[in-house]
Amino acid sequence: MPLLALNGISKAFGGHPVLNHVSLEIESGEVVAIIGRSGSGKSTLLRCINGLEVADGGTIVFDGRTFQSNRRQLKELRRETGIVFQSYNLFPHLNVERNITLGLTAGKGLSQTASKLIAIESLKLVGLEDKIKSFPLQLSGGQQQRVAIARALAMQPRLMLFDEITAALDPELIGEVVKVLEKLASDGMTMVLVTHEMRFARSSADTVIFMHEGKIWEKGPPEKLFNKPETSELASFIEAILPVNVGIL
Amino acid sequence: MSRGLGINEFLFILESVRWTLLLSLIALAGGGVVGLVVALLRVAPFAPLRWLAIGYIQLFQGTPVLMQLFVTYYGLVVLLNLQVDAWTAVSLAFTLYSAAFLGEIWRGSIQAIPRPQWEAAACLSLGFVKQLWYVILPQAMRISIPPTVGFAVQLIKSTSIASIIGFVELTRAGQLMTNVTFKPMIVYPLVAALYFLLCWPLSLISQQLERRIDASLGIKRHL
Repeated sequence: MPLLALNGISKAFGGHPVLNHVSLEIESGEVVAIIGRSGSGKSTLLRCINGLEVADGGTIVFDGRTFQSNRRQLKELRRETGIVFQSYNLFPHLNVERNITLGLTAGKGLSQTASKLIAIESLKLVGLEDKIKSFPLQLSGGQQQRVAIARALAMQPRLMLFDEITAALDPELIGEVVKVLEKLASDGMTMVLVTHEMRFARSSADTVIFMHEGKIWEKGPPEKLFNKPETSELASFIEAILPVNVGIL
Repeated sequence: MSRGLGINEFLFILESVRWTLLLSLIALAGGGVVGLVVALLRVAPFAPLRWLAIGYIQLFQGTPVLMQLFVTYYGLVVLLNLQVDAWTAVSLAFTLYSAAFLGEIWRGSIQAIPRPQWEAAACLSLGFVKQLWYVILPQAMRISIPPTVGFAVQLIKSTSIASIIGFVELTRAGQLMTNVTFKPMIVYPLVAALYFLLCWPLSLISQQLERRIDASLGIKRHL
């Protein structure tokens, strides 16, 4: 049984369809990279998975439980998932420790002491335990993004979502964030990433999904999608994006 | 027969400062409480609550504070048959007036916090009220310091309007002393100077506060 199954998820913004009956199954421990042009619906799909966007139609089955597309059910689904955003979205008025413990104390009702221990543990995972008292704006972009990952991990989600988390980073800071992702993947975390980081998609993803016009256009293991694209849309996308990534490599 | 501007006249004006100050404090405290409610209603997820807050703000921002004062003063007497003294009327009128302006200032500050901050909080299992309390309001408060202090300064000066219904605060005291001394060009500059002494420290404190908060969060700003 897959950990997550999306059945016919649709979403339109102001009459403009963004997702068109998307169905997808993700196994526990699977690492899925979603690629595609901007506007192809990949971020919207990710946001539908944790209910930040309420899908117009379709159901989500998580660990055998079906969630309808309404705010109350999606809120419960959100507890099972963690998300990291492109722009980090740390809370600038709280230090690193409080950024991480807020969800644990105010969200989950854990004690301060227990929460602090979890915060330290998750900061160790991203290698930033010495920054626990820093404020977000005192950190580099890469460090802020690693704190954001630690914050999401601290909630002990069973599925992690990453929305173009290296897109806002300077090239020399991408590596430290990718390293954290690779470690998570090898630890068996189920992950869905919307990414332009083809290096990571190629090396660590079990499955790559190419989205186009609100649909899953192609899907398969990375070597197949990158080396033998079946559609002209994917072929031209890979051609267009590859020189950029070679530059980063 | 006129008198000179002696120590007694000077003290009379000086002592009236406390009524200006007290009225301002009441209006700010009362207006702060009501204003916070107005601001929260203004961003509530339930539309009729937002309409209520918008209506309130429009009413009190779109009419002169003097009319609000008259309506409160005479309205309570005529409509509710309540005998109110000047204190009650001016306190009530200025509280309602401040609430509209503070509510709108704080609404703007809340809405200035980027949408993703709400989302990030929602993703940590925080409900609407907790998102507001732990994540949005603390940041909105920082943004709201300059316009809030700006309004407080305006309000201190606006309380002079209360002199019209016979409330003896700083301006009224100045008028009374002008009447007995016939020295308006001494009395009024003195009154103006006293208003300045009330308002200036507020601006200074506000700047200090902003600097201190920014420094503690690692924010660098050009002031």
